[in-house]
Amino acid sequence: MPKLYWEDFNIGDKAVYGPRLVTREEIVAFAAEFDPQPAHLDEAAAVATLHGGLAGSGWHSCALMMRMMADGFLLDSSSMGAPGVEEVRWLEPLRPGTQVRLRTKVLDTRSSNSRPEMGLTRIRYDLVDEAGTIITTLTSTMMLGRRPPGAGA
Amino acid sequence: MIFFEDIVVGDSVVLGRHTFTTENIKAFAHRYDPQRFHVDEAAAEASHFGALCASGWQTAIVSMRLLVEHRRALAEAVRARGERVVQAGPAVDLRDLKWLKPVYVGDTIEYRIEVAETRASDSHPGFGLMTLRTTGTNQKGELVISFLSATLVERRGERR
Repeated sequence: MPKLYWEDFNIGDKAVYGPRLVTREEIVAFAAEFDPQPAHLDEAAAVATLHGGLAGSGWHSCALMMRMMADGFLLDSSSMGAPGVEEVRWLEPLRPGTQVRLRTKVLDTRSSNSRPEMGLTRIRYDLVDEAGTIITTLTSTMMLGRRPPGAGA
Repeated sequence: MIFFEDIVVGDSVVLGRHTFTTENIKAFAHRYDPQRFHVDEAAAEASHFGALCASGWQTAIVSMRLLVEHRRALAEAVRARGERVVQAGPAVDLRDLKWLKPVYVGDTIEYRIEVAETRASDSHPGFGLMTLRTTGTNQKGELVISFLSATLVERRGERR
């Protein structure tokens, strides 16, 4: 049984998950499979790009954030997936060797009129480095099952 | 890529197709999105999805490789003509990503890009900002994903 239902997420709730070490090997492996551009694959070639050195794919940041959300709270929850993502902004390059953390803040929460078994929770996620600088910020709404009658609080 | 000044809003092209399999859905999900409906058939059947389905992030991310390959082919054609290849910068943002339908095992998604908007870049004077709309459509003709992304593209004649 899930431990966290829609009712457990309240506006203003904050949390921090991680850390997770982003290695050069992971950056290059992700890029080789999904985003094979020089800036993500090769130090020498990356210096000549606007990234100014090897940096992870922006999609890699998104995938890491998804994994940190999953490990942080989603796998213990009544998650029913997400209808989409409002916005992702890539603010700073994802550099090899960074210990990233995921900061979350609940922005909004509402029940669903059409589907009484679920509610919607809008969350802002910031992927930050050791100094707290935001590398990537993402805002999305997820669908969570509501606590069934009789389930423990 | 073409120079920023040559980009026409409304231009569109099919990038290619990607087929989702049990193996590639689970491989992606185990690494990046291990929710039960992406990794376990029985749990997926019991969920509101009704069957194993791909992580929405996988559905978005596989379009990138198709885009990179598309741009590489364009760059090779430009080089073959003896012209200089236009530099595209990193993506700046992604907006309005919608996962409209689940993507199930055996689905083949066709990805298309369309130029949605162009505007000047304040932060990078030698570049303009191009917004693309990427869409993915399954073999039944249903739209499964749509998103906007903005990328810096080199302007003509501003490079020193």
